[in-house]
Amino acid sequence: MIKIGIPVFPGSNCDKDINYVFSNIYKVKTDLIWHTKDKISDYSAIIIPGGFSYGDRLRGGIIAAHSPIIKEIKRLAKEGTPILGICNGFQILVESQLLPGSLISNDSLKFVCKWIDIQVVQNDTLFTKSFKKKQIIRIPLAHAEGRYVVPDSEFREMKKNKQIVFTYYHDNPNGSLEGIAGVINRSGNVMGMMPHPERTCQNEMAVLGLKTTAMKIFESMINYLKK
Amino acid sequence: MNVLTQSELNYLTNKLGRKPNNLEKEIIGAEWSEHCSYKSSKNLIKLLPTAGDRIIVGPGYDAGVVDVGDGYVVTIHLESHNHPSAVEPYGGAATGVGGVIRDIISMGTIPIAILNALRFGHINYPNNKYGKLEKIKQKKISHARWLLKNVVKGIADYGNCIGIPTIGGEVEFDVSFENYCLVDVASIGFGKKSELIENTAKEGDLIILVGGLTGRDGIHGASFASKKLQNDQDRSAVQIPDPFLEKLIIEATREAIENNLVKALKDLGGGGLSCCLSEASSNLGLGFDITLENVPTKYLDMQPYEIMISESQERMLFITSREKYNRLLDIFKKYELNSAIIGEVKKHNNLVIFKNKRRIAGMPSSLIAHSPLLTRKTIKPPYLENLKKRRYEFSLPENLDYVLLELISNPNIASKKWIYEQYDHEIGLRTILKPGITDSAVLKLNRQKFLAANLDGNSKICYLDPFQGVLSCLSEAKRNIVCSGAEPIGIVDHLQFGNPENPQIFWTFKKSVEGIIVFSRENNIPVVGGKVSLYNETTKGPIKPSPVIGMIGLIEDKKYITKSIPGESQSLFIIGNTTQEMGGSEYFEYIHNFTGSKVPEVDLKKDTLNSHVVLKAIRMGLISCAHDCSKGGLAITLAEMAIGSEIPIHIDLDQIPNNCNRWDYLLFSETPSRFIIGTKEPQKLERYLSKEKNLTYSKIGITKKSNGDDKLTLKSKNKKIIEISIGKLRQKYEILNDLMDKNC
Repeated sequence: MIKIGIPVFPGSNCDKDINYVFSNIYKVKTDLIWHTKDKISDYSAIIIPGGFSYGDRLRGGIIAAHSPIIKEIKRLAKEGTPILGICNGFQILVESQLLPGSLISNDSLKFVCKWIDIQVVQNDTLFTKSFKKKQIIRIPLAHAEGRYVVPDSEFREMKKNKQIVFTYYHDNPNGSLEGIAGVINRSGNVMGMMPHPERTCQNEMAVLGLKTTAMKIFESMINYLKK
Repeated sequence: MNVLTQSELNYLTNKLGRKPNNLEKEIIGAEWSEHCSYKSSKNLIKLLPTAGDRIIVGPGYDAGVVDVGDGYVVTIHLESHNHPSAVEPYGGAATGVGGVIRDIISMGTIPIAILNALRFGHINYPNNKYGKLEKIKQKKISHARWLLKNVVKGIADYGNCIGIPTIGGEVEFDVSFENYCLVDVASIGFGKKSELIENTAKEGDLIILVGGLTGRDGIHGASFASKKLQNDQDRSAVQIPDPFLEKLIIEATREAIENNLVKALKDLGGGGLSCCLSEASSNLGLGFDITLENVPTKYLDMQPYEIMISESQERMLFITSREKYNRLLDIFKKYELNSAIIGEVKKHNNLVIFKNKRRIAGMPSSLIAHSPLLTRKTIKPPYLENLKKRRYEFSLPENLDYVLLELISNPNIASKKWIYEQYDHEIGLRTILKPGITDSAVLKLNRQKFLAANLDGNSKICYLDPFQGVLSCLSEAKRNIVCSGAEPIGIVDHLQFGNPENPQIFWTFKKSVEGIIVFSRENNIPVVGGKVSLYNETTKGPIKPSPVIGMIGLIEDKKYITKSIPGESQSLFIIGNTTQEMGGSEYFEYIHNFTGSKVPEVDLKKDTLNSHVVLKAIRMGLISCAHDCSKGGLAITLAEMAIGSEIPIHIDLDQIPNNCNRWDYLLFSETPSRFIIGTKEPQKLERYLSKEKNLTYSKIGITKKSNGDDKLTLKSKNKKIIEISIGKLRQKYEILNDLMDKNC
């Protein structure tokens, strides 16, 4: 049976949103796990939610990256468990060095909340199997520190290893290098992304003619886990 | 600092039967400040209609509580942080958010949304070929931009960090706010009726202070907010924000309530411990014995009076039984929150303060919590008649395209995207209608229930006629609610005026309250909460009367949710007549730099009828979009619809019911009670509208399919009165990006 673990840090904000989407929409078992837990098991996948862990003090994600639960997440990552970090979750993954690069202040120096288009660069990951290559996805984002940067040499490596999963399409909202919106580790089981797929779940939006395929990220993941 | 007047001191001495000591004077001074006691306004605001079937708790507590059915409640509260924001915009605005959120938590509900209403001096040079404004000094403009930038950042940083969406609001720029600003923040909560805090206690229960340490920030804050702003010297009266701490308090309080560990709850705001403890014990009808040395402080040498009146932020007061204390403490420890038992509930009815076992203050709680009220004098200001009679003589502008483009780039009308994109407006998965496509934000409550909410104000019209002005604000707020498909269920008001000791200012206050009473009665929408902020003055004088009206509405079926922007190939109708009452309009104020003449009058019967018809048509499925006609008039309403939808709109101006004698008046009049609605089924809609007696309506145009070169076209007998490409309109509409980012 699929069971998703959702680590919760002091200051996590999107934990309840992720929990709602998986338990109410996909009817998947979920656990909210407080960050002090230093032994976790039986999870088919981990989703690190967005928010402001530790109030973004010092830098988004850096304090949470030293929480007891991160050691366990690192172990699971090594064992091949799918791990997805969204927004602050992405920052935490980067700060834990489970993903390459850094996320720094947006080039506008402002928080930005809006819907944008991203493009699927890699559709052969467990998170993006349900997309076509180069597919454009409409998706909301909301962050102040989402500008992805990585040294040139590492960037070339990442490109070679097909680690860039999503890029911003036309409008780069934060000044990320090459418009990078989401990256994956070399073994293909840990992905981080700045935009929020969970925020596209309200079915009432269809009433207003807003349609998006962003939720396929979760669907791809669930399909993978079912196999 | 002693802020009590001689007569208040005499009253206090008389009631106590002895002279109060200095600490007692400070405690009373905080609680009897205008900010906390409403001593000038209470005699008037208690006349507001507050009863209704849905109202569980009306104004007076931390937040109003409204029953939305199925065992659920919505709470709403609003507050301003005007004085602090004017001297320290970032901290002032941020702590404003913090305070209003804690009011929502205090009731036992979860905060689900924030709205904000902001007012500043001009942020650009309103300067066009028809009416040049007297030159505003660059320094003033830079100052207003600095305030706006930091107020928005303060709200954004706080609201974003605590994970509560800021879903809507309004902004106004006017010369009377120069060197000053009004920062109003409203918060909405949602919860189970069964989980509302009952606020009961018994002797022996523990009084626990949780959260931030008590420091010297915000000393005399309530008193500071209750007098005229002098200069920047009052910065120490502004509190310091810590949203991360607030977030931990929100989560811990939630967990404590879910585990049934709370008997009473109160947030610490204006007046600090003095107000919180006296009001809590007075409401409970019990006494408190406080051990002052147990209050966790930032500094070791704080004086008792400093501890009692400090307004350090992110503090909450919990009352619980001894048996449950340890479980409550475990929750605070989980969130690494500071907490301390600072006292005990007693049978006597006093607030008694001990320090090192020595009694240093003691007074009846209800005496502290209920200041003697004042009856302020009122005199109708003579300037009102002069302004009303002021004649205007402008010739009809040759180029109305130019006027429309100028008007849409007026910051009062222009897109507020620069602001709302800095706010996370979608967290929580409840935001269905968000800024930019709607007149009211719409939030999902539970499976089939939705809440619409908005804030509206118009100080220009309120200045010329405070009674009609507040009616205009109320009418607009209601139209915005109706346009989203919701039925209005509650009003919150925030009355912001100058010095109440000035009888002319107090007359304008009185008229505003009368306006709210009349509207609330006529529409049968109760006032569920409110706030008064007086002494809003700068060295140049008082602000214009600035009542801000908040309204909430309920949608009980998702198919009723309606956008404000049309789709392709729809017919557009107008509801309501357009009259030539131009006083206070943006056209007069911004284009012609003219203040005066008669303001638009709200005909309450017609206003009610028009809203009723539009809401009914929405619920019959006859309408696909609805937008209210307000600031900037008909032309701006249509331009906003064109920009939002990016499709061509064609209007036949000859079809618009009006009694205006010129195109500019017809296009830019701000007559209330009007709607523009769009439909795919014009015959059906017309059949319905024609059955409504006394309704003024007309089919005025159509939307077309987008063809790449899309325009807004307003014609009369095949003559183009206005024709502008939507791209050009949009470029002008988004002027705030240029003003704030490129030149700041």
